This record gives sequence, C-alpha cells and structure tokens, in this order.
Amino acid sequence: MSQPMFDEMNASASSVRGHYENYQRWLARQPAHVMQNRRAEAEMIFRRVGITFAVYGDKDEAGAGTERLIPFDLIPRIIPAHEWARMERGLVQRVTALNRFLHDVYHDQEIVKAGIIEAGQILHNEQFRPEMVGVNVPGNVYSHISGIDIVRAPDAKGEGEYYVLEDNLSVPSGVSYMLEDRKMMMRLFPELFSDHRVAPVAHYPDMLLETLLAMAPAATAEPTVVVLTPGMYNSAYFEHAFLAQQMGVELVEGKDLFVKDNFVHMRTTRGPKRVDVIYRRVDDDYLDPLAFKPNSTLGCAGLLGVYRAGNVAVCNAIGTGVADDKSIYPYVPKMIEFYLGEQPILQNVPTYMCRNPDDLAYTLANLKDLVVKECHGAGGYGMLVGPASTQAEIEDFRRAIVANPSGYIAQPTLSLSTCPTYVESGVAPRHIDLRPFVLSGKEVQMVPGGLTRVALKDGSLVVNSSQGGGTKDTWILEDGVSPPAVTPGQSQQQTQTTGA
Amino acid sequence: MLSRTADHLFWMSRYTERAENTARLLDVNYQTSLLPQSTADAQAGWRGLLSISELMPAYTARYGDDINPRSVMDFMVRDERNPSSTISCLKNARENARAVRGTLTTEVWETANQTWLEIIRLLNNGDFERDPSQFFEWVKFRSHLSRGVTAGTMLQDEAFHFLRLGTFLERADNTARLVDVKFHALQSDFPGAAAGEDAETQTYDFYHWSAILRSVSAFEIYRKVYRDVIRPERVAELLMLRADMPRSLLACLNGVMGNLAMVTSDPASETQRRAGKLRGELQFARIDEILEAGLHAFLIQFLDRVNELGAHISREFLVPSTR
Repeated sequence: MSQPMFDEMNASASSVRGHYENYQRWLARQPAHVMQNRRAEAEMIFRRVGITFAVYGDKDEAGAGTERLIPFDLIPRIIPAHEWARMERGLVQRVTALNRFLHDVYHDQEIVKAGIIEAGQILHNEQFRPEMVGVNVPGNVYSHISGIDIVRAPDAKGEGEYYVLEDNLSVPSGVSYMLEDRKMMMRLFPELFSDHRVAPVAHYPDMLLETLLAMAPAATAEPTVVVLTPGMYNSAYFEHAFLAQQMGVELVEGKDLFVKDNFVHMRTTRGPKRVDVIYRRVDDDYLDPLAFKPNSTLGCAGLLGVYRAGNVAVCNAIGTGVADDKSIYPYVPKMIEFYLGEQPILQNVPTYMCRNPDDLAYTLANLKDLVVKECHGAGGYGMLVGPASTQAEIEDFRRAIVANPSGYIAQPTLSLSTCPTYVESGVAPRHIDLRPFVLSGKEVQMVPGGLTRVALKDGSLVVNSSQGGGTKDTWILEDGVSPPAVTPGQSQQQTQTTGA
Repeated sequence: MLSRTADHLFWMSRYTERAENTARLLDVNYQTSLLPQSTADAQAGWRGLLSISELMPAYTARYGDDINPRSVMDFMVRDERNPSSTISCLKNARENARAVRGTLTTEVWETANQTWLEIIRLLNNGDFERDPSQFFEWVKFRSHLSRGVTAGTMLQDEAFHFLRLGTFLERADNTARLVDVKFHALQSDFPGAAAGEDAETQTYDFYHWSAILRSVSAFEIYRKVYRDVIRPERVAELLMLRADMPRSLLACLNGVMGNLAMVTSDPASETQRRAGKLRGELQFARIDEILEAGLHAFLIQFLDRVNELGAHISREFLVPSTR
C-alpha cells in the first residue's frame, strides 16, 4: 500500500511530535536490557495477578478454556490534552444522541416519521426488542456504559483525523485493561510519571458505581447493585470480577438470582436479598429464558417482567443493541443533527450500505480495496480486509454479500495511525485504535483516555485481543509543568528502645 | 453474602488444607522410608496412606497391585485424575478462588494463583523428584502463607468465616483419618501396651509414634506438654482431645463452632446443634474411655459425623434448595 501513514510519535524519520519529546528523550536513555527486563516483569505480574482472558473454542487437555495474557506494550500512546478535549466533547455529543435515538426507537419513532431512517431498518433489526416498546427506563438512559472505537487516519493535509469506527453500546469490555495497564506502567516506570502530567484514570470504578446507583428504582434508600457475569469461563471474566471488587458489589451469576413477588432477589447465606441494579455483562438473548433464548442458564427467569415493571434497573438496557448495529452506524451523524440540532464533532468513517443498490455495486466492484463487515459481527470476526485477503477469501465474501446485501457494510481501508511498539526485532510502528468508555447516568462523563489496542502483526489492522492484538497505556498529557513534589510528613515512627 | 460465593470460599480453603495434610503425610512416609525397615513395614506405610484417603481402588486400577513409593507419590502428587492429589487440590483451590476473586483481597487471590503457577513449574522441571521433602515443605509453606495472608488482609466478615470454617472442618477430617490409619496399622486398638516389649518393637514404636507427631508438627509439643517418653495413648489424647493443640479434633471443632456462630442467623439451627454436640463429646471425653470402647470405631463414627456436618453446612448456607 502506498497510502500516507500517520505515526503518533514520529512526525518524520528525524522529528518527534511535541507531546512525545520528553518521553522519547527518556526512552533513548534506557538500555535495551532494562526494557527487556521490564517486559518480562510485566508479563510475570500479569500472570500472577491473573489478568487473563479465555479464548472461545480454545480448550486445554482438561477441557477448561485456555487462559491467555493480552500482550502489554511498554510504549504509551500519548494524546495531548487539547486533542482529548475535542474528542471528549464529540463523545458526549455522540452518546447523548445515541441514547436519544434509543428512547425514540422504543417510543414515538420520530426519526422514522421524519424520513431519516426507514422503519424496516429498525423493526427488522435482530437487536430490536419489541418487548421494550413503550417501557420507560430510568432517566431515559439506555447505554450507561458505551465503548466508542476511535481510529486516526491521515487526512489530505497529512495530519491525523479522528474517526469513529464503531459504537459498542450493549456490553462493551476492556476497561479493566485500561486500569491495569496504567497500574503496570506506574509500577514499572514510576519516574516517568513524575516527569509527565498524565491525567489519572483510577477513579473509573467510582464513576461507574455512581452511574449505576443513579439508575436505582426511586423508592430504594440503599440500592443493591450487582455485576452479572456469565461465569468464570467467559473471556471477560477477569474484568467482571475486577469491576465488582473495585465497586464493592456482589458478582453474581444467573443461578444466584431469582424472581419472587415481581422483584429480583439473590440467594445469600442469610436468605434472599433484593437486587435493585444489575450491571449485566450477559447479552440480551441470554438474560431471561422466559423471554429470550429458553435454554439459557446464564440469566434469570422472569427478569424482563420485573424490569418492565420498573422494579429493577438493567444496565445497559435491554434492546440497546439496535443502536450499535453496523447497519445503524451510518445514521449516527444524522441522529446528532436530528436530536441535538448540532453538527457532529467526531466524524464517521465513510460507509457503503450494501442494502442500497448503488453502494452494493460499488462494493462488489472494489472488494480488494475495501473493508467489509457483517452488520452483526463483533470481535474482529465476520470481516474482510480486502487488501490483506486472498482472491478466494474475496470471492467467498462476494457470494455472501450477494446472497444477503443488507447484512453487510463496506468502508475504505483506512490507514490506521501507528505507534512505536516493542516487537521481536526491536521497536517498530504498529497500527492502533482507541476505545474510550463513556458513562451516562445523571450526566455523561468519562475518565480521560481509554484503552489503546495495538495490532502486533506487521501491517495488520485488526486490533482485537481475540485476533492477537495487544494493549498500551493511554496518556492524556496535561499541558504545563511537572506536578509538585510530595513533602514528607513531620512525625517520626517509634522504634524499639534497647538496653534500657 | 451470596451462597455460591460462600460455597467457593469454603471449598477453596478445604482444598488448600487438604493439600497441606496430604503433603504432611507423604513427607512422613517418605522420611520413614529412608529408615532401615522391613519391606512389609514400608509397604504397610504406603498402603495406609492410600487407605487414609480411601484411594486404594483408584490406585490399583491405575498402577496395579505393586505398592511402591515412586508410584504412590506420583499418584498422590502429580496425578490429575486423582481428586485428592496435590495438583488436583491446588488446582481446585485456585479455581474456587478465581470464581470469587472479587471477594478475596488481592493478596489472597495472588497467593492461590501463584501457588498454582509454581506447582506446574516444580512438577515439570524435576524439582519434585530431586527432593520430595523440599517439595512437601513448599506445599506446607504455601498453605501457611495462604492462611496467614487470609488472617492478615481479609476483612473479618462472612467471607473470612467461611474460609476458616472450611479449614477447620477439613483439618478435623484429615487428623481423624491420620490417627485412625496410624493406630490401625498396628493391628490393634491399643498397640504398644499389648506388644511383647522387646527392644526391636520398642525402637519401631518410637519411630512410628514420632513420625505421627512430626506429621502434624507436634513432636516438640508432645515433649513440652507431657515431659515424658512417647506413649501411644498420650499421642492419641494430644491429637484428639487437647484444645490447645492446633490440629487436634477438639481444636478443629472449636474452630468450626466459633466460625459457624459468626455466620449463622439461626443459633438453634440443626447445623449448630450437630456441631455443638460433637464438640461437647470431645470436650468431655477421656482418652482411656475412648480406647476402651475402641479407637477405630470412635474415629469412623467421628468421620461420619464430620461428613454429615459438612452436608448440613452446605444445605443451610452454600447450596440452599428452597427459595
């Protein structure tokens, strides 16, 4: 590919971008063996702490899922504060509009009446839940935790421009890696943090708890919040346990819950206890065997009824998936104009909807240059990266698209920005993206930064951990000088008196 | 606390305790096997070890009738098909910990996880074969560490008490099995007194009884408490009825009672009643009465009742069947 590239650190072969200068000077001083030791130390600590994920379908001899580490890269991804400020405004705007859209979808469908989206686009969407029509959820918030995937690609001027690649509104994951990566960096390189004003992220669990508590049914004085996990063999189990622990709430599985007298309860050692807010990390389909998949054991029978009655809050709301579907994504800029009367601050990637005959024709004619995605795919599965695919793979996708055009969208192959990354041969540029986590409760807020994912394979654009991606610590670098030094306290510790 | 969480905590500490006690037994047997003794005596030791855990059928199914130290140690340490092997116990302890890692302090979880990561290394790089005693020391040390980290970092809430409950119940079971098999090995309910008292028997007895004491770290304690030569009835008394001996049956039942009282919401529950009754019987028992009535019969009944107590704890707290 002869496309222009954008590297986050290096403006050219000989010059470093301003916000990386300090770091680059530090890095140049580090002997190779020190960095090598730090990498080994990081891996050892991640193993001991058990920050692992399970890969679906990957079984060891004992039949249990294999636990793998997500590779952690030592070189941080740095974003200057002024760029972040703009991105943050764009994220608040986008998530606000998406929540307005979700409320509209399940109520008056003004956006359909206005002719912006066809009714069929919504009603025939697999993620649309007719059970939620007319249901009022607390604060009209549907997506309480939103993971918005942002990439940066060179624009005409050769500068980097941020684009939203994908909205994750149902059960976005990865925030625990954002927090653990920061902890690891501070442990491995404390001196870096005295030289840089890096915006802290560790208060995320507090903010999350505040968001969840705000959703509790009005009458509850001391709401009980729980995190609902599919269990310890789920790929994101570490994160579920981590968040429950950090918030100081119970981590429950479906079998711990039951419905009685139109309330949700959990089985405890002292009898049933009422549950008011469920931060669920289980997909809609598995939440309630009476309403959705009847053979699911991951949910709680009768949950939907209690939810509809307003006696329990479910975060994110049931039916949120209709707004993060790839077939709805192209409409988000129009949603922002329609609901908020504003121009979008963050751009979408130009998208061809194969359901439109013109877009379909263009897509089929340019498969080798495009990225094609299944509307319902996730995790880097169900995706064709044209320039990196064989003729046979392209023909397979062509047949699939022709058979079901509305199941696919296509986008130009963006040259994602790169960041220097440790690889076997040393330090080399690798493609990255960014997932900030936006919390919507009483207000829309977020911690500065997000999770930076990096495609470790040379030239690869797929950053998903299930496809061999790694992570980096993400620094929002505040402008200004070093933070003040901590002055030691006055009082001295007592010591044993000897020979008295 | 969630019943499922309590269940995982209870079993996490039971498996850790079981790994420790198995290591203690294996170590004593291994040390004893280094002493000059007849093949029959040596075999009896390893055979006793298998029957303690009711694993004789499982062993012979895999290794045949040849009971040799190498095979028994392999079976009891590294065989994942044996649910009581060290590796199975430590794996189960770790999996239970992982299921409730959010309830544990970071240190408690990391201890369980690190133990699991290390045992894989120790078993794969030949450390165990090079020096079995050192390996058993390591297992004991990890168990000490697990308990110490629990006591030193956990909030003393229900989670803590369910962990302790598991430890004491498992230890009561393990100590009873140890006493039973070691006294039984001598083919009599009250060995030592009945024997011919020739020099060889006396020497053998000394090593036999001191091995039992050492397996529960009680050799020095015995000397301190009794200031006497080692007599079987006193060994039995120490391991069963002394409240101040940390691995004795009475001390374990005291631990069970104390922790049960902290988690129960119904002081008159059947679980409490059974635990209290069993504790009371030990508290007011005398060793000569027990020996007279038959030690083996007493211990078999004790094991049954500990087992039932576990089932009641499970029904009342861990896996409640009613809504």
